[in-house]
Amino acid sequence: MPDETPTLEQESVDHVRIRFAGDSGDGMQLAGARFTDASAIFGNDLATLPSYPAEIRAPAGTIAGVSSFQVHIADSDILTPGDNPDVLVAMNPAALRANLADLAPAGTIVVNRDAFDERNLERAGYTTNPLRDGSLRGYTVIEVPMEEMTREAVKDTGITGRGVLRSKNFFALGLMIWMFSRPLEPTLEWIKATFAKDEAVMRANEAALRAGYNFGLNTEQFRHTYQVRPAKLKPGVHANVTGNQTVAWGLVAAAQAARLPLLYSSYPITPASDILHELSRYQRLGVRTFQAEDEIAAIGVALGASFGGNLGVTGTSGPGLALKSETMSLAVMTELPLLIIDVQRGGPSTGLPTKTEQADLLMALYGRHGEAPLPVLAIASPGDAFGTMIEAARIALKYMTPVIVLSDGYIANSAEPWLLPNLDALPDISVPFVTGPNSDGKFMPYLRDAQTLARGWAVPGTPGLEHRVGGLEKEDVTGAVSYTPANHEKMVLLRERKIAGIADDIPAVVVDADEGADLLVVGWGSTYPAISAGVRQARGRGAKVARAHLRHLNPFPRNLGEVLRRYRQVLVPELNRGHLARLLRAEFLVDAIGMSKVQGMPFKTFEIEEKIVEMTRP
Amino acid sequence: MTDTETKRYTRADFQSDQEVRWCPGCGDYTILASMQTFLAEVGLDREKVVFVSGIGCSSRFPYYMSTYGFHGIHGRAPAIASGIALANPGLSVWVITGDGDALSIGGNHIIHAMRRNLNIKVLLFNNQIYGLTKGQFSPTSEFGKRTKSSPSGALGRPFNPVSLALGAEATFVARTIDMDRPHTIEVLRRAYQHRGAAFIEIYQNCNVFNDKAFAELTGKEDRLANRINLQHGKPVVFGPNQERGVVLGASGARIVDVAEVGLEALHVHDEHAPDPSAAFALSRLSHGPHGPTPMGVFRDVQRSLYEDDLQRQVSDAQGGRGPADLTELIRQTGTWTIN
Ligand code: SF4
Repeated sequence: MPDETPTLEQESVDHVRIRFAGDSGDGMQLAGARFTDASAIFGNDLATLPSYPAEIRAPAGTIAGVSSFQVHIADSDILTPGDNPDVLVAMNPAALRANLADLAPAGTIVVNRDAFDERNLERAGYTTNPLRDGSLRGYTVIEVPMEEMTREAVKDTGITGRGVLRSKNFFALGLMIWMFSRPLEPTLEWIKATFAKDEAVMRANEAALRAGYNFGLNTEQFRHTYQVRPAKLKPGVHANVTGNQTVAWGLVAAAQAARLPLLYSSYPITPASDILHELSRYQRLGVRTFQAEDEIAAIGVALGASFGGNLGVTGTSGPGLALKSETMSLAVMTELPLLIIDVQRGGPSTGLPTKTEQADLLMALYGRHGEAPLPVLAIASPGDAFGTMIEAARIALKYMTPVIVLSDGYIANSAEPWLLPNLDALPDISVPFVTGPNSDGKFMPYLRDAQTLARGWAVPGTPGLEHRVGGLEKEDVTGAVSYTPANHEKMVLLRERKIAGIADDIPAVVVDADEGADLLVVGWGSTYPAISAGVRQARGRGAKVARAHLRHLNPFPRNLGEVLRRYRQVLVPELNRGHLARLLRAEFLVDAIGMSKVQGMPFKTFEIEEKIVEMTRP
Repeated sequence: MTDTETKRYTRADFQSDQEVRWCPGCGDYTILASMQTFLAEVGLDREKVVFVSGIGCSSRFPYYMSTYGFHGIHGRAPAIASGIALANPGLSVWVITGDGDALSIGGNHIIHAMRRNLNIKVLLFNNQIYGLTKGQFSPTSEFGKRTKSSPSGALGRPFNPVSLALGAEATFVARTIDMDRPHTIEVLRRAYQHRGAAFIEIYQNCNVFNDKAFAELTGKEDRLANRINLQHGKPVVFGPNQERGVVLGASGARIVDVAEVGLEALHVHDEHAPDPSAAFALSRLSHGPHGPTPMGVFRDVQRSLYEDDLQRQVSDAQGGRGPADLTELIRQTGTWTIN
């Protein structure tokens, strides 16, 4: 009986990192995500790192086709998915070969023995069978006939032929659920809900899951199970969230806080498409999405919607941001609110479409023709996305400007537990439309608010305020087309001052500093967990260090220059070739040192830790 | 109703305070006047009308109208207009574009705007040349046309805009010409009355870079000889004495002498035919335009509006209960509570 308490010895550990790896058709993302949810509901803190091939169907059994999902569960507050997995679940030889180098010393390997036949070994590039040639000495290897067991388990469920082995990911999942003492119920319920329309599949998956669990319980191969106790998370309602999900929720919340209808207009592109998918399911919330014919149309529709009085939003990844560049300049010129989300991926060109990178920062700041400044914000983690979207909308509306929000492939797809904010207490970020004349009985479309320098937003349909906007230079106040040299300079400077002035309206940067630290580590975006964990570890080794993380990249917080100058050394770890480091040097004349990684993967904690230890060594 | 009651506006009410800056003699002036006259006649409120344009001579149009306007960027007006129509379905949204703007740099947007059938009206000012950039060949310039960028003659066959729109699933397709103001106004009225996307090709004379491109449809004699005025429910006839006509056969439309085939053999024009094949065949009669050229409404069929369909999906999803709650939605994805 799966629900019986295991009689084996239970070893308590404070954290464990598990990587599910298999062929891209093996359902490893699903197994990982289910394990994560089961752990979240159990109360662990967690962080995940999915990794999958760019090709939807890379040749089966090859290294190129390997897909993996790492999850880190702990009984205390953790930040990253962990550097090296303690347990590797390998569904075939290619998965073993592609992931073995990452496995922690003396780690555990759970392999699907049935996949280690000659053909698969050859496809993975093995000349001998690693299960037999002694090359895995030093690891604990648990060989499980997963295919044979799955076949046996599903034989009475009505599933036949090729469908039979599809459930083997649930077998592996069941085994891991047993091994790490998770409850089975959440996953059983999930299977029931998800496969309700296909009873045979539902029964097969359930049978495989239970079989995996029971296999652990009944075989002698496992010496003990592990227990990772619930973490002390903040009280409240939690959800296990990915970044694309929280971006979508944040947009819905932002529109509500702004009292505006949301129109999300986008063109499918990895890794941003899930935002479109997510929002497309929210029609019952009044959300409207628009799948445009291309990236340029996507932002054009969003800008048109903004002109029409909606919260217009578009989302994309680097190649799409490049295509949207001209329309962003139009939005700068027409001074309309607009949100542009860039889920960065490895570039240039198609680059590494499923991998993460932070190399669009300079494009976000400067990738437009003419003098076209706009605010740029970055999301630090899946949980942070929600608030960042509301903040971005607040700025866009208050200052009548397009705003770019940078996310990346890591934030988009990785998961963490998130404490639900009180949605009844959202800030009011609404900006009233102009409804009547604003200057001597007339409407002047480019008359500015003295403090914010924002122009008024008068939407079509409002009697008496008929006016024209467009890409040609505008005369100050009247908004009429003007080619006058002095007016152009005046307008360039006005647009610049408007954006620069936002610095007075954003929080100061917060520094987490040790007394006497002379090294400041500055990060932005998805390096947040690795930097925080690296700093924590380095402190554990006696290093004195300060840390700051930027959400606002244009304009920078007012106190940033002063903060930077407080420290003798400034280190800027980035998944690019030094974008922020360059900006800080140019803006503040400080000797910021870049730390670069461009492997399509996040920083590992130890990489940051070692660098800090090295730089703080007396 | 008397005239004074219906005529709330005059043409002047739709003129903006901006000085009109097209070349003297440009066909754009006539079209602008036709549009202003039309709007005054139908009595549309200024605030309900939005003109959206791209880049090119014709795209200055919104600045000269006293309505709402958005002068966009090259080729993208249909996208911006779609956003406006989605945001506010109560507006009357007009796209002003040219042959380069709509069919070259904006080709992708124009076809998708047609197939989606949002309620936007596209006026394509076709002068078969690039005017604003001073005289390069355009995607509607005739094969072999010598211009600054094609001194040895333009290569590649031109688009026939009406054929293109019909192929792109447009629900309303018409053609008119700048000089004929009553015809232009009538076509504008028909486009306005059509619920859905409308595509109107307007032959527009660029007297500076491509003068008399449409001479075969304008001079008194040529006009009589070449203009085929399409009329719904009527046999397609033309010529000074209506002595010529059009028959449709397996190989398309053909010009015939009515006396030879008899009136009954002629094609009877049906704007509402669900299948666009006959309209397409008519559109193939002339290219350039050279020779007999159909003018008027090729196609006018009813299909559901994109924005209505979208609104219906939203209402259905809400099932009459109003917008659902975000907290509820998040909770449904699976949450847990820590005390
Ligand atoms: S260049 Fe041609 S199309 Fe442009 S304004 Fe002059 S005459 Fe008109």
